[in-house]
Amino acid sequence: MYSEKVMDHFMNPRNVGEIENPDGVGEEGNPTCGDVMRISIKVEGDRIVDAKFKTFGCGAAIAVSSMITEMVKGKTLDEALSISKQNIADELGGLPAQKLHCSVLGSDALRMAIEDYRSRQKK
Amino acid sequence: MSTHYFDHVATTPLREEALEAMLPYLKEDFGNPLSQYEAGARAKAAIEEAREKVASLIGVRPSGIIFTASGAESNNFAIRGAALARQDKGTHIVVSKVEHHSILNPARFLEKSGFVVSYLPVDEHGLVDPEVLRKSITDETVLVSIIHASPEVGTIEPIKELAAVAKERGVLFHTDAVASAGNIMVDVGELGVDLMSLSAHQFGGPKGAAALYVKEGMRIVPLIYGGIQESGRRAGTENVPAIVGMGRAAELAASEVADNAKRLTKMRDRLIEGILKVPNVHLTGHRTKRLPGHASFVVEFIEGEAMLLMLAAKGIYVASGSACSSKALKASPVLLSMGVSASLAQGSVVFTMGGESTDEDVDYAIEEFPKVITRLREISPYAGGWGGQEESG
Repeated sequence: MYSEKVMDHFMNPRNVGEIENPDGVGEEGNPTCGDVMRISIKVEGDRIVDAKFKTFGCGAAIAVSSMITEMVKGKTLDEALSISKQNIADELGGLPAQKLHCSVLGSDALRMAIEDYRSRQKK
Repeated sequence: MSTHYFDHVATTPLREEALEAMLPYLKEDFGNPLSQYEAGARAKAAIEEAREKVASLIGVRPSGIIFTASGAESNNFAIRGAALARQDKGTHIVVSKVEHHSILNPARFLEKSGFVVSYLPVDEHGLVDPEVLRKSITDETVLVSIIHASPEVGTIEPIKELAAVAKERGVLFHTDAVASAGNIMVDVGELGVDLMSLSAHQFGGPKGAAALYVKEGMRIVPLIYGGIQESGRRAGTENVPAIVGMGRAAELAASEVADNAKRLTKMRDRLIEGILKVPNVHLTGHRTKRLPGHASFVVEFIEGEAMLLMLAAKGIYVASGSACSSKALKASPVLLSMGVSASLAQGSVVFTMGGESTDEDVDYAIEEFPKVITRLREISPYAGGWGGQEESG
Protein backbone atom coordinates (compact mmCIF):
# COMPACT_ATOMS: atom_id res chain seq x y z
CA MET A 1 0.00 0.00 0.00
CA TYR A 2 1.17 3.49 -0.85
CA SER A 3 1.35 6.57 1.39
CA GLU A 4 -1.42 9.15 1.22
CA LYS A 5 0.91 11.53 -0.60
CA VAL A 6 1.77 8.94 -3.26
CA MET A 7 -1.92 8.23 -3.77
CA ASP A 8 -2.66 11.96 -4.05
CA HIS A 9 0.03 12.47 -6.69
CA PHE A 10 -1.11 9.33 -8.49
CA MET A 11 -4.82 10.17 -8.48
CA ASN A 12 -4.30 13.88 -9.13
CA PRO A 13 -1.00 14.09 -10.97
CA ARG A 14 0.44 17.57 -11.47
CA ASN A 15 2.08 18.73 -14.68
CA VAL A 16 0.81 16.02 -17.01
CA GLY A 17 1.60 16.76 -20.63
CA GLU A 18 4.32 17.88 -22.96
CA ILE A 19 5.74 21.37 -23.17
CA GLU A 20 5.42 22.92 -26.59
CA ASN A 21 8.84 23.84 -27.94
CA PRO A 22 10.62 22.45 -24.90
CA ASP A 23 14.19 23.42 -24.06
CA GLY A 24 15.03 19.90 -23.03
CA VAL A 25 13.43 16.44 -23.10
CA GLY A 26 14.53 13.33 -21.23
CA GLU A 27 13.11 9.84 -21.48
CA GLU A 28 14.07 6.89 -19.34
CA GLY A 29 12.87 3.32 -19.03
CA ASN A 30 11.44 0.66 -21.29
CA PRO A 31 7.82 -0.48 -21.58
CA THR A 32 8.89 -4.14 -21.54
CA CYS A 33 10.26 -3.69 -18.00
CA GLY A 34 7.33 -1.66 -16.77
CA ASP A 35 7.95 2.05 -16.63
CA VAL A 36 8.77 4.84 -19.06
CA MET A 37 9.00 8.50 -18.07
CA ARG A 38 9.30 11.41 -20.44
CA ILE A 39 10.04 14.78 -18.86
CA SER A 40 10.13 18.03 -20.82
CA ILE A 41 11.45 21.28 -19.37
CA LYS A 42 11.37 24.99 -20.13
CA VAL A 43 14.47 26.90 -19.02
CA GLU A 44 15.00 30.64 -18.56
CA GLY A 45 18.50 31.80 -17.63
CA ASP A 46 19.63 28.76 -15.70
CA ARG A 47 16.32 28.18 -14.00
CA ILE A 48 13.66 25.58 -14.82
CA VAL A 49 10.45 27.57 -15.18
CA ASP A 50 8.22 24.73 -16.25
CA ALA A 51 8.28 20.94 -16.31
CA LYS A 52 5.79 18.42 -17.63
CA PHE A 53 5.69 14.65 -17.86
CA LYS A 54 4.15 11.69 -19.64
CA THR A 55 4.53 8.34 -17.92
CA PHE A 56 3.74 4.72 -18.74
CA GLY A 57 3.90 2.90 -15.45
CA CYS A 58 2.54 1.94 -12.09
CA GLY A 59 1.10 4.17 -9.39
CA ALA A 60 4.53 4.89 -7.93
CA ALA A 61 5.99 5.83 -11.32
CA ILE A 62 3.19 8.31 -11.97
CA ALA A 63 3.43 9.80 -8.46
CA VAL A 64 7.23 10.15 -8.80
CA SER A 65 6.80 11.93 -12.15
CA SER A 66 4.25 14.30 -10.68
CA MET A 67 6.38 15.02 -7.63
CA ILE A 68 9.67 15.56 -9.45
CA THR A 69 8.11 17.98 -11.95
CA GLU A 70 6.71 19.93 -8.96
CA MET A 71 10.06 19.89 -7.16
CA VAL A 72 12.17 21.24 -10.04
CA LYS A 73 10.03 24.23 -10.96
CA GLY A 74 11.91 27.41 -9.99
CA LYS A 75 15.13 25.53 -9.28
CA THR A 76 18.45 26.22 -11.04
CA LEU A 77 19.72 23.41 -13.26
CA ASP A 78 22.39 22.50 -10.72
CA GLU A 79 19.88 22.47 -7.88
CA ALA A 80 17.61 20.24 -9.97
CA LEU A 81 20.49 17.88 -10.72
CA SER A 82 21.20 17.50 -7.02
CA ILE A 83 17.74 16.04 -6.36
CA SER A 84 18.33 12.44 -5.40
CA LYS A 85 16.02 9.45 -5.63
CA GLN A 86 15.83 9.57 -1.84
CA ASN A 87 14.70 13.24 -1.91
CA ILE A 88 11.84 12.30 -4.21
CA ALA A 89 10.84 9.30 -2.13
CA ASP A 90 10.98 11.42 1.05
CA GLU A 91 8.81 14.14 -0.47
CA LEU A 92 6.27 11.45 -1.30
CA GLY A 93 6.22 10.25 2.29
CA GLY A 94 8.20 7.13 1.39
CA LEU A 95 7.92 4.43 -1.28
CA PRO A 96 7.68 0.66 -0.80
CA ALA A 97 11.14 -0.94 -1.11
CA GLN A 98 10.35 -2.67 -4.41
CA LYS A 99 9.18 0.66 -5.87
CA LEU A 100 12.28 2.74 -5.05
CA HIS A 101 13.58 2.16 -8.58
CA CYS A 102 10.69 4.34 -9.79
CA SER A 103 12.27 7.34 -8.07
CA VAL A 104 15.59 6.46 -9.72
CA LEU A 105 13.79 6.53 -13.05
CA GLY A 106 12.42 9.98 -12.19
CA SER A 107 15.79 11.49 -11.32
CA ASP A 108 17.34 9.84 -14.41
CA ALA A 109 14.69 11.22 -16.77
CA LEU A 110 15.16 14.69 -15.27
CA ARG A 111 18.95 14.46 -15.62
CA MET A 112 18.55 13.49 -19.26
CA ALA A 113 16.23 16.44 -19.88
CA ILE A 114 18.82 18.81 -18.38
CA GLU A 115 21.63 17.19 -20.38
CA ASP A 116 19.49 17.54 -23.50
CA TYR A 117 19.02 21.25 -22.72
CA ARG A 118 22.77 21.73 -22.19
CA SER A 119 23.72 19.92 -25.38
CA ARG A 120 21.25 22.07 -27.32
CA GLN A 121 22.89 25.20 -25.85
CA LYS A 122 26.30 24.12 -27.12
CA LYS A 123 25.08 23.90 -30.70
CA MET B 1 -18.54 4.43 -1.73
CA SER B 2 -20.14 1.25 -2.98
CA THR B 3 -17.76 -1.63 -3.54
CA HIS B 4 -17.74 -3.99 -6.48
CA TYR B 5 -15.60 -7.04 -5.88
CA PHE B 6 -14.13 -8.45 -9.09
CA ASP B 7 -11.28 -10.45 -7.58
CA HIS B 8 -12.79 -13.86 -6.86
CA VAL B 9 -9.69 -15.46 -8.26
CA ALA B 10 -7.76 -13.96 -5.32
CA THR B 11 -10.34 -15.15 -2.84
CA THR B 12 -14.10 -15.32 -2.37
CA PRO B 13 -16.14 -13.99 0.54
CA LEU B 14 -16.92 -16.62 3.17
CA ARG B 15 -20.46 -17.94 2.81
CA GLU B 16 -22.67 -17.11 5.80
CA GLU B 17 -23.76 -20.76 5.98
CA ALA B 18 -20.11 -21.88 6.10
CA LEU B 19 -19.38 -19.45 8.92
CA GLU B 20 -22.42 -20.71 10.87
CA ALA B 21 -21.25 -24.30 10.44
CA MET B 22 -17.75 -23.36 11.63
CA LEU B 23 -18.66 -21.39 14.74
CA PRO B 24 -19.30 -24.32 17.14
CA TYR B 25 -15.85 -25.71 16.30
CA LEU B 26 -14.25 -22.37 17.12
CA LYS B 27 -16.08 -22.33 20.44
CA GLU B 28 -17.44 -25.19 22.50
CA ASP B 29 -16.58 -28.05 20.13
CA PHE B 30 -12.86 -27.43 20.27
CA GLY B 31 -11.85 -31.07 20.74
CA ASN B 32 -8.93 -32.74 18.99
CA PRO B 33 -10.24 -35.31 16.50
CA LEU B 34 -7.70 -37.83 17.81
CA SER B 35 -8.94 -37.63 21.41
CA GLN B 36 -10.65 -40.78 22.65
CA TYR B 37 -13.60 -39.12 24.35
CA GLU B 38 -16.82 -37.40 23.34
CA ALA B 39 -15.35 -34.02 22.24
CA GLY B 40 -12.77 -35.77 20.09
CA ALA B 41 -15.38 -38.01 18.56
CA ARG B 42 -17.55 -35.03 17.66
CA ALA B 43 -14.64 -33.27 15.96
CA LYS B 44 -13.72 -36.47 14.11
CA ALA B 45 -17.30 -36.93 12.94
CA ALA B 46 -17.40 -33.31 11.73
CA ILE B 47 -14.27 -33.84 9.63
CA GLU B 48 -15.63 -37.04 8.12
CA GLU B 49 -18.90 -35.32 7.26
CA ALA B 50 -16.93 -32.54 5.55
CA ARG B 51 -14.89 -35.16 3.69
CA GLU B 52 -18.07 -36.67 2.27
CA LYS B 53 -19.26 -33.26 1.08
CA VAL B 54 -15.95 -32.33 -0.54
CA ALA B 55 -15.74 -35.78 -2.15
CA SER B 56 -19.25 -35.38 -3.49
CA LEU B 57 -18.39 -32.01 -5.06
CA ILE B 58 -15.86 -33.69 -7.37
CA GLY B 59 -17.60 -37.06 -7.64
CA VAL B 60 -15.21 -39.30 -5.68
CA ARG B 61 -15.29 -41.53 -2.61
CA PRO B 62 -14.51 -39.78 0.70
CA SER B 63 -11.44 -41.96 1.28
CA GLY B 64 -9.77 -40.26 -1.70
CA ILE B 65 -9.82 -36.83 -0.04
CA ILE B 66 -6.81 -35.65 1.97
CA PHE B 67 -7.33 -32.32 3.72
CA THR B 68 -4.49 -29.81 3.52
CA ALA B 69 -4.07 -26.17 4.50
CA SER B 70 -3.97 -24.52 1.06
CA GLY B 71 -4.15 -25.04 -2.67
CA ALA B 72 -0.40 -24.48 -2.77
CA GLU B 73 0.12 -27.29 -0.26
CA SER B 74 -2.10 -29.62 -2.29
CA ASN B 75 -0.12 -28.81 -5.44
CA ASN B 76 3.25 -29.27 -3.73
CA PHE B 77 2.02 -32.50 -2.20
CA ALA B 78 0.82 -33.84 -5.56
CA ILE B 79 3.97 -32.97 -7.51
CA ARG B 80 6.53 -34.00 -4.94
CA GLY B 81 4.56 -36.81 -3.36
CA ALA B 82 3.57 -38.56 -6.59
CA ALA B 83 6.94 -38.09 -8.31
CA LEU B 84 9.00 -39.22 -5.33
CA ALA B 85 6.78 -42.28 -4.82
CA ARG B 86 7.59 -43.35 -8.39
CA GLN B 87 11.21 -42.40 -8.81
CA ASP B 88 12.24 -46.05 -9.12
CA LYS B 89 10.05 -46.21 -12.26
CA GLY B 90 11.34 -43.03 -13.85
CA THR B 91 12.41 -39.45 -13.19
CA HIS B 92 10.61 -37.42 -15.85
CA ILE B 93 7.57 -35.23 -15.20
CA VAL B 94 5.55 -33.02 -17.53
CA VAL B 95 3.83 -29.73 -16.64
CA SER B 96 2.61 -26.82 -18.75
CA LYS B 97 4.06 -23.33 -18.95
CA VAL B 98 0.83 -21.86 -17.58
CA GLU B 99 0.86 -23.63 -14.23
CA HIS B 100 0.58 -21.83 -10.90
CA HIS B 101 3.83 -21.14 -9.00
CA SER B 102 2.86 -23.86 -6.55
CA ILE B 103 3.27 -26.37 -9.41
CA LEU B 104 6.23 -24.76 -11.18
CA ASN B 105 8.34 -24.26 -8.06
CA PRO B 106 8.04 -27.84 -6.75
CA ALA B 107 8.79 -28.97 -10.33
CA ARG B 108 11.99 -26.91 -10.15
CA PHE B 109 12.74 -28.48 -6.78
CA LEU B 110 12.44 -31.91 -8.42
CA GLU B 111 14.79 -30.76 -11.20
CA LYS B 112 17.38 -29.93 -8.59
CA SER B 113 16.85 -33.39 -7.10
CA GLY B 114 17.66 -35.13 -10.38
CA PHE B 115 14.31 -35.19 -12.16
CA VAL B 116 13.86 -33.95 -15.72
CA VAL B 117 10.89 -31.64 -16.23
CA SER B 118 9.20 -30.82 -19.56
CA TYR B 119 7.34 -27.51 -19.70
CA LEU B 120 4.66 -27.76 -22.39
CA PRO B 121 3.96 -24.70 -24.54
CA VAL B 122 0.44 -23.32 -25.02
CA ASP B 123 -1.30 -21.66 -27.96
CA GLU B 124 -2.38 -18.01 -28.02
CA HIS B 125 -5.46 -18.88 -25.93
CA GLY B 126 -3.39 -20.66 -23.30
CA LEU B 127 -4.49 -24.14 -24.39
CA VAL B 128 -2.25 -27.20 -24.14
CA ASP B 129 -2.43 -29.47 -27.21
CA PRO B 130 -2.93 -33.17 -26.29
CA GLU B 131 -0.70 -34.11 -29.26
CA VAL B 132 2.12 -32.01 -27.81
CA LEU B 133 1.65 -33.82 -24.51
CA ARG B 134 1.72 -37.19 -26.30
CA LYS B 135 5.07 -36.37 -27.88
CA SER B 136 6.57 -35.23 -24.58
CA ILE B 137 5.89 -38.51 -22.74
CA THR B 138 8.81 -40.94 -22.58
CA ASP B 139 9.36 -44.30 -20.89
CA GLU B 140 10.78 -42.32 -17.97
CA THR B 141 7.65 -40.20 -17.45
CA VAL B 142 5.92 -40.80 -14.11
CA LEU B 143 3.64 -37.78 -13.73
CA VAL B 144 1.81 -35.16 -15.81
CA SER B 145 0.27 -32.09 -14.19
CA ILE B 146 -1.85 -29.63 -16.19
CA ILE B 147 -3.93 -26.88 -14.65
CA HIS B 148 -7.71 -27.28 -15.05
CA ALA B 149 -8.53 -23.59 -15.40
CA SER B 150 -6.16 -20.66 -15.41
CA PRO B 151 -6.80 -18.07 -12.70
CA GLU B 152 -5.00 -15.52 -14.84
CA VAL B 153 -6.65 -15.91 -18.24
CA GLY B 154 -9.63 -18.10 -17.37
CA THR B 155 -8.93 -20.71 -20.05
CA ILE B 156 -10.23 -24.20 -19.30
CA GLU B 157 -7.82 -26.89 -20.50
CA PRO B 158 -9.03 -30.03 -22.31
CA ILE B 159 -8.24 -32.14 -19.24
CA LYS B 160 -10.29 -35.14 -20.37
CA GLU B 161 -8.27 -35.42 -23.61
CA LEU B 162 -4.96 -34.69 -21.89
CA ALA B 163 -5.58 -37.21 -19.10
CA ALA B 164 -6.52 -39.84 -21.70
CA VAL B 165 -3.13 -39.37 -23.37
CA ALA B 166 -1.35 -39.91 -20.05
CA LYS B 167 -3.48 -42.94 -19.27
CA GLU B 168 -2.61 -44.58 -22.60
CA ARG B 169 1.02 -44.47 -21.51
CA GLY B 170 0.30 -45.52 -17.93
CA VAL B 171 1.37 -42.18 -16.55
CA LEU B 172 -0.31 -40.53 -13.53
CA PHE B 173 -2.22 -37.33 -14.19
CA HIS B 174 -2.74 -34.48 -11.71
CA THR B 175 -4.80 -31.38 -12.31
CA ASP B 176 -4.75 -28.17 -10.30
CA ALA B 177 -8.48 -27.48 -10.04
CA VAL B 178 -8.12 -24.71 -7.46
CA ALA B 179 -9.69 -22.08 -9.73
CA SER B 180 -12.33 -24.40 -11.18
CA ALA B 181 -13.65 -26.69 -8.43
CA GLY B 182 -16.87 -25.23 -7.04
CA ASN B 183 -17.10 -22.77 -9.95
CA ILE B 184 -17.77 -25.19 -12.78
CA MET B 185 -18.86 -28.83 -12.75
CA VAL B 186 -15.80 -30.88 -11.92
CA ASP B 187 -16.10 -34.64 -12.03
CA VAL B 188 -12.97 -36.69 -11.43
CA GLY B 189 -14.40 -39.76 -13.14
CA GLU B 190 -15.36 -37.87 -16.26
CA LEU B 191 -12.04 -36.05 -16.45
CA GLY B 192 -10.14 -39.27 -15.81
CA VAL B 193 -7.51 -37.74 -13.51
CA ASP B 194 -5.63 -39.52 -10.73
CA LEU B 195 -4.96 -36.51 -8.52
CA MET B 196 -6.72 -33.18 -8.10
CA SER B 197 -6.10 -30.08 -5.97
CA LEU B 198 -8.92 -27.88 -4.75
CA SER B 199 -9.19 -25.03 -2.27
CA ALA B 200 -12.07 -23.91 -0.03
CA HIS B 201 -11.66 -20.14 -0.26
CA GLN B 202 -12.12 -20.28 -4.02
CA PHE B 203 -15.76 -21.31 -3.59
CA GLY B 204 -17.04 -19.52 -0.52
CA GLY B 205 -15.21 -21.55 2.11
CA PRO B 206 -12.62 -20.27 4.57
CA LYS B 207 -8.90 -19.83 3.97
CA GLY B 208 -6.78 -22.53 5.58
CA ALA B 209 -8.67 -25.53 4.23
CA ALA B 210 -7.98 -27.28 0.95
CA ALA B 211 -7.82 -30.82 -0.35
CA LEU B 212 -5.90 -33.17 -2.54
CA TYR B 213 -7.80 -36.00 -4.14
CA VAL B 214 -5.66 -39.11 -4.56
CA LYS B 215 -6.89 -42.12 -6.52
CA GLU B 216 -7.60 -45.18 -4.41
CA GLY B 217 -4.61 -47.43 -3.84
CA MET B 218 -2.13 -44.90 -5.17
CA ARG B 219 1.03 -44.40 -3.16
CA ILE B 220 2.03 -40.84 -2.34
CA VAL B 221 4.99 -39.67 -0.25
CA PRO B 222 3.83 -37.29 2.50
CA LEU B 223 4.91 -33.69 2.57
CA ILE B 224 4.42 -33.50 6.33
CA TYR B 225 5.48 -36.43 8.49
CA GLY B 226 4.22 -36.93 12.02
CA GLY B 227 1.06 -38.46 13.41
CA ILE B 228 -1.61 -40.59 11.86
CA GLN B 229 -3.97 -37.82 10.75
CA GLU B 230 -5.37 -38.20 7.24
CA SER B 231 -4.41 -41.92 7.29
CA GLY B 232 -0.78 -40.96 7.89
CA ARG B 233 -0.55 -39.07 4.62
CA ARG B 234 -0.73 -35.57 6.10
CA ALA B 235 0.28 -35.18 9.73
CA GLY B 236 -0.78 -32.33 11.99
CA THR B 237 -3.83 -31.61 14.09
CA GLU B 238 -6.65 -30.89 11.70
CA ASN B 239 -7.98 -27.34 11.25
CA VAL B 240 -11.43 -28.58 12.24
CA PRO B 241 -13.40 -25.31 11.85
CA ALA B 242 -11.90 -24.57 8.44
CA ILE B 243 -12.47 -28.13 7.23
CA VAL B 244 -16.09 -27.99 8.41
CA GLY B 245 -16.48 -24.65 6.58
CA MET B 246 -15.00 -26.19 3.45
CA GLY B 247 -17.47 -29.04 3.68
CA ARG B 248 -20.46 -26.71 3.99
CA ALA B 249 -19.19 -24.50 1.13
CA ALA B 250 -18.65 -27.59 -1.04
CA GLU B 251 -22.19 -28.75 -0.31
CA LEU B 252 -23.58 -25.35 -1.34
CA ALA B 253 -21.36 -25.14 -4.40
CA ALA B 254 -22.43 -28.60 -5.55
CA SER B 255 -26.09 -27.61 -5.45
CA GLU B 256 -25.62 -24.15 -6.98
CA VAL B 257 -22.79 -24.59 -9.47
CA ALA B 258 -24.94 -25.26 -12.53
CA ASP B 259 -27.19 -22.23 -12.03
CA ASN B 260 -24.32 -20.00 -10.97
CA ALA B 261 -22.23 -20.93 -13.98
CA LYS B 262 -25.12 -20.16 -16.31
CA ARG B 263 -25.78 -16.78 -14.69
CA LEU B 264 -22.10 -15.81 -14.46
CA THR B 265 -21.44 -16.79 -18.07
CA LYS B 266 -24.07 -14.27 -19.19
CA MET B 267 -22.62 -11.58 -16.93
CA ARG B 268 -19.11 -12.37 -18.10
CA ASP B 269 -20.06 -12.14 -21.76
CA ARG B 270 -21.74 -8.80 -21.17
CA LEU B 271 -18.68 -7.53 -19.29
CA ILE B 272 -16.34 -8.70 -22.07
CA GLU B 273 -18.50 -7.05 -24.69
CA GLY B 274 -18.63 -3.80 -22.71
CA ILE B 275 -14.91 -3.67 -21.95
CA LEU B 276 -13.89 -4.51 -25.53
CA LYS B 277 -15.70 -1.39 -26.73
CA VAL B 278 -12.69 0.54 -25.45
CA PRO B 279 -10.20 0.78 -28.33
CA ASN B 280 -6.93 -1.16 -28.13
CA VAL B 281 -8.10 -3.53 -25.44
CA HIS B 282 -7.75 -7.28 -26.05
CA LEU B 283 -9.28 -10.31 -24.36
CA THR B 284 -6.74 -12.77 -22.96
CA GLY B 285 -7.49 -16.49 -22.84
CA HIS B 286 -10.09 -18.37 -24.82
CA ARG B 287 -13.32 -16.58 -25.75
CA THR B 288 -15.65 -19.44 -24.78
CA LYS B 289 -13.56 -22.19 -23.14
CA ARG B 290 -13.16 -20.09 -20.01
CA LEU B 291 -14.34 -19.88 -16.40
CA PRO B 292 -17.91 -18.53 -16.16
CA GLY B 293 -17.09 -15.49 -14.03
CA HIS B 294 -13.73 -14.70 -15.62
CA ALA B 295 -12.95 -11.77 -17.93
CA SER B 296 -9.29 -10.89 -18.47
CA PHE B 297 -7.73 -8.35 -20.76
CA VAL B 298 -4.59 -6.54 -21.80
CA VAL B 299 -4.97 -2.81 -22.28
CA GLU B 300 -2.50 -1.11 -24.59
CA PHE B 301 -0.36 1.89 -23.61
CA ILE B 302 -0.96 1.76 -19.86
CA GLU B 303 0.17 -0.34 -16.92
CA GLY B 304 -1.87 -2.77 -14.83
CA GLU B 305 -1.08 -1.67 -11.31
CA ALA B 306 -2.06 1.91 -12.14
CA MET B 307 -5.37 0.60 -13.53
CA LEU B 308 -5.90 -1.55 -10.45
CA LEU B 309 -5.33 1.41 -8.09
CA MET B 310 -7.51 3.79 -10.04
CA LEU B 311 -10.31 1.22 -10.28
CA ALA B 312 -9.96 0.54 -6.54
CA ALA B 313 -10.42 4.27 -5.90
CA LYS B 314 -13.81 3.85 -7.61
CA GLY B 315 -14.64 0.83 -5.47
CA ILE B 316 -13.87 -1.71 -8.22
CA TYR B 317 -11.48 -4.40 -7.02
CA VAL B 318 -9.62 -6.32 -9.74
CA ALA B 319 -6.31 -8.15 -10.23
CA SER B 320 -3.43 -7.60 -12.62
CA GLY B 321 -0.60 -9.79 -13.86
CA SER B 322 1.64 -6.82 -14.68
CA ALA B 323 5.27 -6.79 -13.59
CA CYS B 324 4.72 -3.77 -11.36
CA SER B 325 1.84 -5.37 -9.51
CA SER B 326 3.88 -8.50 -8.77
CA LYS B 327 6.24 -8.52 -5.83
CA ALA B 328 8.89 -10.07 -8.09
CA LEU B 329 8.47 -7.25 -10.66
CA LYS B 330 8.34 -9.81 -13.46
CA ALA B 331 5.91 -9.85 -16.35
CA SER B 332 3.35 -12.64 -16.20
CA PRO B 333 4.90 -15.90 -17.48
CA VAL B 334 1.39 -17.05 -18.43
CA LEU B 335 0.81 -14.10 -20.78
CA LEU B 336 4.33 -14.30 -22.20
CA SER B 337 3.94 -18.01 -22.93
CA MET B 338 0.74 -17.18 -24.86
CA GLY B 339 2.77 -14.90 -27.11
CA VAL B 340 1.69 -11.60 -25.53
CA SER B 341 4.56 -9.08 -25.80
CA ALA B 342 6.21 -7.93 -22.57
CA SER B 343 4.92 -4.36 -22.94
CA LEU B 344 1.39 -5.46 -23.65
CA ALA B 345 1.52 -7.84 -20.68
CA GLN B 346 2.05 -4.75 -18.51
CA GLY B 347 -1.51 -3.76 -19.30
CA SER B 348 -3.01 -6.90 -17.76
CA VAL B 349 -6.30 -6.55 -15.89
CA VAL B 350 -8.39 -9.44 -14.57
CA PHE B 351 -12.07 -9.25 -13.54
CA THR B 352 -13.47 -12.30 -11.75
CA MET B 353 -17.01 -12.65 -10.45
CA GLY B 354 -18.66 -15.09 -8.08
CA GLY B 355 -21.92 -16.08 -6.45
CA GLU B 356 -22.68 -12.69 -4.89
CA SER B 357 -21.78 -10.66 -8.01
CA THR B 358 -24.67 -8.78 -9.55
CA ASP B 359 -25.69 -7.25 -12.88
CA GLU B 360 -25.24 -3.86 -11.21
CA ASP B 361 -21.57 -4.70 -10.60
CA VAL B 362 -21.18 -5.37 -14.32
CA ASP B 363 -23.01 -2.14 -15.25
CA TYR B 364 -20.79 -0.11 -12.94
CA ALA B 365 -17.57 -1.69 -14.26
CA ILE B 366 -18.58 -1.13 -17.88
CA GLU B 367 -19.37 2.50 -17.07
CA GLU B 368 -16.27 3.30 -15.02
CA PHE B 369 -13.57 1.26 -16.75
CA PRO B 370 -13.35 3.42 -19.91
CA LYS B 371 -12.91 6.55 -17.76
CA VAL B 372 -9.92 5.03 -15.99
CA ILE B 373 -8.39 3.96 -19.29
CA THR B 374 -8.88 7.41 -20.81
CA ARG B 375 -7.35 9.08 -17.76
CA LEU B 376 -4.27 6.84 -17.71
CA ARG B 377 -3.79 7.15 -21.46
CA GLU B 378 -3.75 10.92 -21.04
CA ILE B 379 -0.75 10.42 -18.78
CA SER B 380 0.93 7.82 -21.02
CA PRO B 381 3.57 8.80 -23.58
CA TYR B 382 2.25 6.00 -25.84
CA ALA B 383 -1.32 7.21 -26.23
CA GLY B 384 -0.70 7.63 -29.95
CA GLY B 385 0.89 4.19 -30.35
CA TRP B 386 3.85 2.13 -29.21
CA GLY B 387 6.21 3.59 -31.80
CA GLY B 388 7.72 0.15 -32.35
CA GLN B 389 8.80 -0.14 -28.70
CA GLU B 390 6.52 -2.97 -27.71
CA GLU B 391 8.64 -5.68 -29.27
CA SER B 392 11.97 -4.44 -27.99
CA GLY B 393 13.76 -5.39 -24.81
